[in-house]
Amino acid sequence: MLHIVACIKQVPDTKIIKMNPKTNTMDRRTAPAILNPYDAHAVEEAVRLKKKYGGIVSVVTMGPPPAVNAIKKCIEIGADEGYLITDRRFAGADTLATSYAVTKAIEKITKHKPVDLIICGKMSIDGDTGQVGPGIARRLDIPPLTSVNKVVEVNQDEGYAIVHRKLEDGFEVIRTTLPCLFSVEKTINEVPYSPLPNMIKAARYQPHIWSVDDLEEVDIKQLGLKGSPTIVSKVWAPPKPAGGTFLEGNPREQVEQLLSVVLEKKELFDLKEGI
Amino acid sequence: MDFQDYKGVWVFIEHKEGMVASVSLELLGAGRKLADKRGVELAGILIGENIKDLTKTVFEYGADTVYVYDQPIFKHYRTESYMKALLDCTDKYKPEIILFGATSTGKDLASAVATDLPTGLTADTTELDVDEETGLLLASRPAFGGNIMATILCKKYRPQMATVRAKVMKALDPQSGRTGKLVEETISLKEEDIRTKVLEIVKETVKKVRIDEADIIVAGGKGLGSYEGFQLIHQLAETIGGAVGASRDVVEAGWIDHAHQVGQTGVTVTPKIYFAIGISGAIQHIVGMKNSGLIIAINKDKEAPIFQNCHYGIVGDAFEIVPILIEQFKFALSREKVTNTRNG
Repeated sequence: MLHIVACIKQVPDTKIIKMNPKTNTMDRRTAPAILNPYDAHAVEEAVRLKKKYGGIVSVVTMGPPPAVNAIKKCIEIGADEGYLITDRRFAGADTLATSYAVTKAIEKITKHKPVDLIICGKMSIDGDTGQVGPGIARRLDIPPLTSVNKVVEVNQDEGYAIVHRKLEDGFEVIRTTLPCLFSVEKTINEVPYSPLPNMIKAARYQPHIWSVDDLEEVDIKQLGLKGSPTIVSKVWAPPKPAGGTFLEGNPREQVEQLLSVVLEKKELFDLKEGI
Repeated sequence: MDFQDYKGVWVFIEHKEGMVASVSLELLGAGRKLADKRGVELAGILIGENIKDLTKTVFEYGADTVYVYDQPIFKHYRTESYMKALLDCTDKYKPEIILFGATSTGKDLASAVATDLPTGLTADTTELDVDEETGLLLASRPAFGGNIMATILCKKYRPQMATVRAKVMKALDPQSGRTGKLVEETISLKEEDIRTKVLEIVKETVKKVRIDEADIIVAGGKGLGSYEGFQLIHQLAETIGGAVGASRDVVEAGWIDHAHQVGQTGVTVTPKIYFAIGISGAIQHIVGMKNSGLIIAINKDKEAPIFQNCHYGIVGDAFEIVPILIEQFKFALSREKVTNTRNG
């Protein structure tokens, strides 16, 4: 029986979000909160491994109370249990403080049931860093494997797994000891539509909700803004460049002007010979 | 933590098949500027097996010092072994700044090292500066999905760390014969101490899309409306011999594979000609293509930010403009060829 933990995040849908031009901050009201798309692949992979080898999938997240909705989405995908750690003292965490808090939650989950494998998405679409997964692995002192795009085998009895890590021009086949942590690429799987029974289960599911006080041996100084070495000193819109020249006229005239500009770069079009 | 003990700017040198990665050369260029402003040394840190020949390149591109860990255990990149070397070196020589390429290896290593030190790490930086007095690194990057820039500081910890996007910094011209101080280090690390093994490295035989190497890129955005509409981009690219690029929206909509995505979470490109068609020009896209030689934007919306970031713009309907462009281009090419043949 494998116990797989997927780490997830609820994020604002950055495709839709609008910025407040006066304050240069995100207007969160304009964006719906969704399960980070990369994390859906992490949960899906955990569920596939559960189906193949037997076991259970727990998901864990840190966030505000509405993040239960992201956990419910994971239950739809096929996760069995969900844990939300939520507390004002977590607020303002950078990647280092986030990996600390999530690690504390995983340690508590591990006490009840040892964890064989942790799976994270490649990164979140709002933070875009990909740093939290490896951070959790280091804190738990288990091997971090990033860029995983295929899980070949998980052998719990012999305590190893074999995966493919994506490289720029191919992939490498890695054997790792268990437990370990994978950060997975989107290409690792496709997340299908959830079956109806899962959706019904998710609608009724109530995740475990923990505050800082529910976790054990927590160093408060390492949490939230206080525990974050990096700070955002300013947010700014880049200076507007001068901008280009508009090509005027009707479409045919515009294209003619464009073509004369482009064809100045003759060498690009294999026309050198004979000129 | 006494900040006085931390001096110098370091660059983690990535290499492959006996060549220093171009992103590392770019970072030596960027690191040189920071080091000069602070009046400190620039060092490269080189980890691998049989890599001593590479030190020459690292000096020629601007390093004053190169730290080398040349041992069989470093034959393949592995997080745990490389991390131990870098932590060993950091512990001994205490740099105030360490820069890594924002490649899969650079990000993997930096994330692990920053957790163990511990210190702050800024991801995917596109602009770097340093405070001359305090040595504070000002690392800026597109944030919140790429609509805005944020400057990130790490005030209370040293070293300060950042991963930096490829192709946004400029390498210096190499100075032949330039040399510096070589520091050779070893650590005692046994193979059985490392929990991961590289069983095999497989090169994909199928030719992968490498849009970062293309001279001409035709990129399309959400303005093309649909998967079918996006095929117009493929047609133009084929006509003019360009590669196909795409905005993040298009990739997330599934119109084309992620390998084609230009921008902060895709590829940074510097082609000689870049067509941005139906792309509005969010900052996260702009940072990935703004250094292109000639940028041409076609968009319906005259106010679209892409027009601020192009050389020539056409306000109009792509479905009207692009077919004319394809037709005219075919005609121009055939005419050029005829002319060439006559002259030849």
